[in-house]
Amino acid sequence: MSAKKIGSLLVTLFSIVLGLIWLAPLFWLVSTALTETTFNMSFFPHSPFTFKNIDYVWHAVPFGQYYINTIILVVVTFCIQFVTSTLAAYSLAFLNYKGKSVVFVIIFMQIIIPNDVLIIPNYLTLTGLGLIDTKLGIMIPFLGSAMAIFLLRQHFKTVPRAFGEAAKIDGANLWQTIWRVYMPCAKPAYMSFAVISVSYHWNNYLWPLIVTRSPQNRPLTVGLAIFAKSKEADMQWSNVCAATLIIILPLLLAFFIMQKQFMNSFISAGVKE
Amino acid sequence: MTRSATDRRRKEALQGWMLLIPALLIMLVFTVYPVFRSVYLSLFKYRMGKVPEYIAFDNYVQLFGNSTFWKVMRNTLVFALMTVIPSMILGLCLAMLVNRKGRHIGFIRSAFFYPSVMPMIAIASVWMFIYMARNGLFDQLLVSFGLQPANVLSNKDTVLPAMAVMYVWREAGYLMVFYLSGIQSISQDVLEAAAIDGATGWKTFRYVTLPLLAPTTLFVSTIAFTNCFKLADQVIIMTEGAPNNASSLLLYYIYQQGFTNMNYGRSSTLTVIMLALLMVFSVPRFFSQDRKIHYN
Repeated sequence: MSAKKIGSLLVTLFSIVLGLIWLAPLFWLVSTALTETTFNMSFFPHSPFTFKNIDYVWHAVPFGQYYINTIILVVVTFCIQFVTSTLAAYSLAFLNYKGKSVVFVIIFMQIIIPNDVLIIPNYLTLTGLGLIDTKLGIMIPFLGSAMAIFLLRQHFKTVPRAFGEAAKIDGANLWQTIWRVYMPCAKPAYMSFAVISVSYHWNNYLWPLIVTRSPQNRPLTVGLAIFAKSKEADMQWSNVCAATLIIILPLLLAFFIMQKQFMNSFISAGVKE
Repeated sequence: MTRSATDRRRKEALQGWMLLIPALLIMLVFTVYPVFRSVYLSLFKYRMGKVPEYIAFDNYVQLFGNSTFWKVMRNTLVFALMTVIPSMILGLCLAMLVNRKGRHIGFIRSAFFYPSVMPMIAIASVWMFIYMARNGLFDQLLVSFGLQPANVLSNKDTVLPAMAVMYVWREAGYLMVFYLSGIQSISQDVLEAAAIDGATGWKTFRYVTLPLLAPTTLFVSTIAFTNCFKLADQVIIMTEGAPNNASSLLLYYIYQQGFTNMNYGRSSTLTVIMLALLMVFSVPRFFSQDRKIHYN
């Protein structure tokens, strides 16, 4: 075997070991969630396999309700973003009018200022609108997404103008043109934007924590945090791990199945300038 | 200009704004307006249920004379230094490591990236048990080496570094993907030319790859700083700022002043400071847009 081959093998071995180290917290989380509670934490659980923790947590906390809430939040947010961003992106990509540069400044502002930083004024606005403890209140700041507008606009611009012109000559109106010509051409951008939007809102915590008061509106993340600090959790790591597993499982599974799509989405959403 | 041309232009402008309005309205109400409102409210003494009272810059004066505020600012900057540079270096190393082909490489990339699709509070609850006193994995590890259990989250000197380790673990994989895409966009010709000139391994990296990654590095540094300034979730879960504000970070402090102490005036003042901080650290983005850094 040549020296080069041995070197390459060593690098592979090293990256596998490092990858396993990175996976250790997840391994520990899953194995703790699925084994009987023990007094001392151990990295390799030695107690028998059980679904008892999952079962206990599922009934101690209204996770079913939280699941429904999170799914509603994620789906509705994405659908509305889908419409508002598509329209805005089309407008910014193809129509000529004064004042566009101001709009770009606003978009840029939203890109550099994370929503979480504005919790105080936005909470006061939400109170004024009477939207505290509503699902709409959790969603509303995100319904106009600068990231999505930017991403889609860039993709729309790469579509040859002739396509749009041809549709117009064939008698398509604006909606039909967007729907039939531009949206299919920008499919990868929509995929990226969907992945980013869904993972952000599945995982979002601080804003829903502030907005919600009741289990009817609470998403999974807020439910988990409340449970982790509650008496029912009983400072039992097996229970908290079980609850954590319940809330991260769908997104994590989706990620491991479509890891390439996920990583590419994060890149295209980050590198938008 | 003919009349119909003017008409057409007007129609186009009208259509343009109509399409923009839904998204623009939301951005105006929830991004632009709150920025100005924070500045405005920072000039008032304002607690929940009370009438706001104009006090000019008193909030700022009070904060600047407050030792907790300085402690939080120090924590925030120290935490940024402890996490941003290590996670960038680690991210770059991981990117170099996984910039290869092979059946297993997708799996290894996922192993580094998966923390980014987990909510911060899930990560924090797992790591809280790792760091837990005595029974936690970390303390047991120390004991097995014959050391004293450290109970890192209760010690003012170790609580921030402990959180930093957790955060670097999470962030490195995220930054890795940006470096990976940067590395992959380096043209093969350049690397081949370097090889013909006799550059190998470290030399190629030091004199070719690294300089060509300068724009990526600049960009990655802005997202890394922004990400680390907007952290509060793990503080809420793990320590609530304890012990004695040693783990309180700026966004957590904003949250605490606003929603525990119900002091909207003060938390607006802190928000203004946060916005200033974000602006300073976003400056490189303007540069990376206007003049790309070139090395030819």
